[in-house]
Amino acid sequence: MRELLESLTTPYSLTDPVEQRPDLAFVTAGRGQLRPLLMHLRDKEGFTHLVILTAVDWLEEGEFQLTYLLSDRTHGRDIGVRVMIPRDEATMESIHDIWPTAATYQRELREMFGIDFPGSTRLNEDFILEGWADIPPYRRDFDTLKYADETYKQRPGRETRDPAQHMKEQLYPDGK
Amino acid sequence: MAPFKPFQDDRSQYPEKRADGTLDIDLSSGKYLKLWQGPQHPGITGNMSVELTVCGDEVVEGKTHVGYLHRGFEKLMERRTFIQCFPIVCRICVPEPDFNEYCYAAAVEELAGIKVPEKANWIRTLILEMGRINSYLMYLGGQAGAFGMGVIGQWTTYVRDLMLDRFEELTGARIYHMFIMPGGVRDGLPDGFEARMEETLQEIESTLQDVYEAMFCNAIYKKRAVGVGYIDPALLDSYGVTGPTARAAGVAKDVRRDQPYLVYPELDFEPVVATESDIYARSDVRRRDLLVSIDLIRQILVRMPKAGPVMAPLPNVLHWKIPRGETYVRGECSRGEYGYYLVTDGSGYPRRVNVRGPSYTHAMALLERFIVNVNIADVAGLMVSLHTYPPEIER
Repeated sequence: MRELLESLTTPYSLTDPVEQRPDLAFVTAGRGQLRPLLMHLRDKEGFTHLVILTAVDWLEEGEFQLTYLLSDRTHGRDIGVRVMIPRDEATMESIHDIWPTAATYQRELREMFGIDFPGSTRLNEDFILEGWADIPPYRRDFDTLKYADETYKQRPGRETRDPAQHMKEQLYPDGK
Repeated sequence: MAPFKPFQDDRSQYPEKRADGTLDIDLSSGKYLKLWQGPQHPGITGNMSVELTVCGDEVVEGKTHVGYLHRGFEKLMERRTFIQCFPIVCRICVPEPDFNEYCYAAAVEELAGIKVPEKANWIRTLILEMGRINSYLMYLGGQAGAFGMGVIGQWTTYVRDLMLDRFEELTGARIYHMFIMPGGVRDGLPDGFEARMEETLQEIESTLQDVYEAMFCNAIYKKRAVGVGYIDPALLDSYGVTGPTARAAGVAKDVRRDQPYLVYPELDFEPVVATESDIYARSDVRRRDLLVSIDLIRQILVRMPKAGPVMAPLPNVLHWKIPRGETYVRGECSRGEYGYYLVTDGSGYPRRVNVRGPSYTHAMALLERFIVNVNIADVAGLMVSLHTYPPEIER
């Protein structure tokens, strides 16, 4: 795995390599380098299986991290390619032509994180949510509690406890 | 005999495509009809629906609709401590919840640097194989039911119930076991468990023989299932196909062999493979895989360490912080590759949890493509043969 990372780092300007396990590594690629890198990994290195495509919201840093996890079954190894994109310009190139199944992931990311993938198949069709008008719900600044309070009515007689405080009282009833 | 391929180049009934690639379907022409299969329909797997456009008896387009089960698990977990996530994850997949527990626990352990005791790994493997048997038994009943053989489902439900009894005495629960927690498992095996498990396994084997004779040797089942729902092996990677669906197409994809985890390197087994890649081959691969799981449980019970701890010491779970990092942990569930992508940021809560269920690819892109040119009556059988569970898609 280390040899693979070393051979890719210079041509694709990769940064932040992390060898999480002997069979799993993560690297960060630039936005423009993603497509050639994925094509190289798929066609030359045997990473033919797109395992997941997902996003992580680093709200404090103003960035979304897109993670493209690829698997090479022949050698039993995986590589996760991270791409950091700004939250206020959340657009990324679509890869549905490389893996048709990526269109589903991109459709979900569009709905849940508000990340745009121009050209991706059926991108703007509702996936899970229907008629959603609020900010995309998987963004960190979407307040689930506030949304639930405003949307749903509490049944009378229901108590709400703070989970951390409740667990503390259950585990340490004498307060120690 | 060469497999029957439903996709022919000359398809006179197939509608023309518009310039943007979509199908030119004019519903007012009277030639086409929209038909909804689901979300409440006997021929659907769980709470999802397929919007079919049919021309006569032939499907010309199918679109999967999900969202009926969305509970926002991934978002819920971002607001819960690591130990509070543990009882949530199993609810993502009802018929085989244990993979969620294992993948979540293994991901947390890896990022927190916790080493699991050896005996716990054996018990985890046992639980996962028991869950696989449950899931396959449910599948066999569903596959037979989709083609009108209701009695097979009654037989397999009976023996599945016996396996649920074993789960109940081992974990205290029948469906959501909440047994594989970060650090190990909650307990060891109860006294006399091995003998009772052997009785259950023999009962399942006997029922499987009946199922083989009544279902797999049945001329009607063969006529409905052989050659239908053919998946070209060349398309497996493009569509993210894993598990028995890939193995039925001649590719021995099995995480237990490709990237062994838990105690699988010490167990003796070979992935079951077929080449026909149709509904019949997929169901037969799963039937034979059931026999492999039965054999694996026997090996595990004989070779499992009799003594030793089953739980590693955990830090105070109320103040448990995990350093910044990310990992992906996978396992081979009854439907294919199941995995958890976990990102931590140094706080007491996960930054992001992403669940990769095989149904995510199988029931969306794959089903939508392979449902075309199938007769309406075969849609249910094709869908069940992909063994999809909608909760994995929505999470």
